[in-house]
Amino acid sequence: MGISIELEVNGASVSKEVEPRLLLAHLLREELGLTGTKIGCDTSQCGSCTILLDGQAVKSCTVLAVQADGSEVTTIEGLANGEYHPMQQAFWDNHGLQCGFCTPGMIISCVDLLNSNPQPSEDEIRHGLEGNLCRCTGYHNIVRAVQAAAETMNG
Amino acid sequence: MYPSKFDYHRPSSVQEAVQILADNPDAKVLAGGHSLIPVMKLRLAAPAALVDIGRIDALQSISRSNGSLRIGACVTYNEIANSADVQEAAPLLAEAAGQIGDRQVRYRGTIGGNLSHADPASDLPAAALALGATLHVAGSGGSRSVSASDFFVDLMMTALQADEILTEVEIPAAGAGTGSAYVKFEHPASGYALCGAAAVVTRDAGGSCTGASLCFNGVSATAVSAAAAASGLVGSDLSDGAIDSALSGMSIPDATGDMFASAGYRQELARALGAQALRTARDRA
Repeated sequence: MGISIELEVNGASVSKEVEPRLLLAHLLREELGLTGTKIGCDTSQCGSCTILLDGQAVKSCTVLAVQADGSEVTTIEGLANGEYHPMQQAFWDNHGLQCGFCTPGMIISCVDLLNSNPQPSEDEIRHGLEGNLCRCTGYHNIVRAVQAAAETMNG
Repeated sequence: MYPSKFDYHRPSSVQEAVQILADNPDAKVLAGGHSLIPVMKLRLAAPAALVDIGRIDALQSISRSNGSLRIGACVTYNEIANSADVQEAAPLLAEAAGQIGDRQVRYRGTIGGNLSHADPASDLPAAALALGATLHVAGSGGSRSVSASDFFVDLMMTALQADEILTEVEIPAAGAGTGSAYVKFEHPASGYALCGAAAVVTRDAGGSCTGASLCFNGVSATAVSAAAAASGLVGSDLSDGAIDSALSGMSIPDATGDMFASAGYRQELARALGAQALRTARDRA
């Protein structure tokens, strides 16, 4: 049984008929070709599938596409607007990545973190990112990137 | 991984939701989905239908009236942790909710889903017990109220019938002289509580304890109240010595031993974290 859903993905309207069991991560990657969003652990722990759902960072491997009906979704592909989002630029400048697999979810979580706490302490950054795992353990530079982005975004 | 096939229902009222449940005995209720969807992906659960209550307006709000705090079943951990009403009327619940999982999980997980799932290692059941919460439930036969102490029946089993939905959690607002604390020792990978201690104490103007409750997550198959230890504190000055003495003989019945921690270690954690939670609650009272 297909269910009709409509949502806005990176500013574009999307209408789809989907199986109820389709996960939002699979809708994004397989139906919409937005493969920036990664699926890592597939068990709601690693955070590499993190996207913004109505402005909040959520793990898209643990959300059904039908639950996102009527919502706005932002993936890593939707962050840049002609130029890199300040968080993307800060990751670039501070080498906030090693292999890069966790990076899309990590950047989305960092954007959400600064949205709710524009000037976090180092401790708040580390705790704020506990839902994102970097298997390369590149956390130091990720924290530096968030601090740099906070400075840029607070102008 | 993806779940096995199911029918999807998205009712717009509680009444409609319970009717769908009554008509579909193999249906499960979907709220935030952060416990249910993972077990469905692992095929540990394969319900024939999901009833998504996430869009029912009546389940989304936090309100205060007549000395009570009322929280709709679909209010998220993030909303609870950051709500000024909850922080003031039931700070224990806000503190516990803020320690669940991670940011992403707290945006999706709900109080109703949490309590109905009744995972003993989760953080809210002990807080609900310690706060003397009343759980309002709706079913096809009508509505009823269940006290938190009667709600948790066994491992991941509650007093909810198959056609019932937890709709609202009601908590008596904290009075003057009341302090509370939630402290947990979490599994380093999962973040679940190997033991979580929820304490509430009330002191009179002279500093003497007039009421105490101490409840635990993670130690046994359900959240439990250490009522005997807590009642031993009433009348005391809540000094460190009084707390240690009240906890010295405490033993949680049927403590769980598993690959993460032995039953004896969990008992020891309960004594240590119980004391820590009580001391912090005292200092806040």
